[in-house]
Amino acid sequence: MDTIAEIPKEEFVLKCTSACAGCSDALTLRYVLKAAGQDTVLVVPACCTSVIQGIYPNTAFNVPVYNIAFGAAAACASGMSNAFRATGKKTNVIVYAGDGGTLDIGIQAMSGAFERGTDFLYICYDNEAYGNTGMQRSGGTPMGARTTTTPAGKTDAKKDIDAIIAAHSPPYMATACAAYPQDLFKKVQKALTFRGPSFIHVLAPCPPGWRFSTEKSVEMGKLAVKSGMWVLYEREYGKLSINPQSKAAIKKPIPLEDYLAPQGRFKGIDAKTLELLRQHLAKNIKKLSAEAAES
Amino acid sequence: MSPVQQRLAMSRPTQGAAGKTGTWRVFKPVVDKEKCNQCGLCEMYCPDNAIDADLIVDLAFCKGCGICANECPKKAIDMIREEK
Repeated sequence: MDTIAEIPKEEFVLKCTSACAGCSDALTLRYVLKAAGQDTVLVVPACCTSVIQGIYPNTAFNVPVYNIAFGAAAACASGMSNAFRATGKKTNVIVYAGDGGTLDIGIQAMSGAFERGTDFLYICYDNEAYGNTGMQRSGGTPMGARTTTTPAGKTDAKKDIDAIIAAHSPPYMATACAAYPQDLFKKVQKALTFRGPSFIHVLAPCPPGWRFSTEKSVEMGKLAVKSGMWVLYEREYGKLSINPQSKAAIKKPIPLEDYLAPQGRFKGIDAKTLELLRQHLAKNIKKLSAEAAES
Repeated sequence: MSPVQQRLAMSRPTQGAAGKTGTWRVFKPVVDKEKCNQCGLCEMYCPDNAIDADLIVDLAFCKGCGICANECPKKAIDMIREEK
């Protein structure tokens, strides 16, 4: 068990970004940079992180950041990583992208980088919509969630990006949640020890977008894990291991309504969609449990 | 920083790069030190690093989200309406 004491006190996100109050992107980034350390370059496509950095000529991030076009983050990181390795530098190259820049717009560059075996870490922080531009639906939006472009609730299921990544067989991939910073810290540290591409998918509850009050960000992340909507696991060379938190949640999940009810985006969800969501959840858990039992 | 680097049009790390975000606040966290058991969870969960290692809230930057009050196991933090 990691204790808080093991996490370095040094901060690489200075006070204070212009992220919304209670933003779990800012929380995630704090721990990602704590784990990565000073010798790190962030590659940031268009996402919330590219607008919260501060106003020129100042930035709140105490590591070099390369802001790049939406679809080009992983391609840029590929070149950057190759250049660093060619000059014998061990600098960590981290792509820090939102769900739009990963699941929708950035997917071809990302797939290319994973196929080429670029030595980098791709972190997708998933707030399940295009938060930066005012919550439009993305491939990461779960079924039934209201966004500004799906005012009656999304009719399609969330894209399973982890399965797409797993198909590239990277040495290391994991899921994490902003509500479990120690787990996230550990996973980022571990991912950076692998040579080759690694991927971490972080659930980042978004107070204005998911329509819950700011103090519930962390609570909402915990509810997502406890209800089984978000499963924490890591896959190392194809061997899947589910986190103890999620193992407990699979054995004895809290009702799905406990997770959905506090969120304004699921207000008035109909019984049919709820049932589909529940089936989807059960299918996902069954698939992961079977894989974990095999490996 | 070399003179060449100084001329480059790039942003440099500064505290308060996005202004004094404490002005955003509607409710401010007030810690009851009698109830506090120094567990440090508030510091761990603060998205903006506005709580230091001694668990003192930096009110110049605290945005008043209230995560610290919500996650405090001892309920030692109260969110009090800001008087302006």
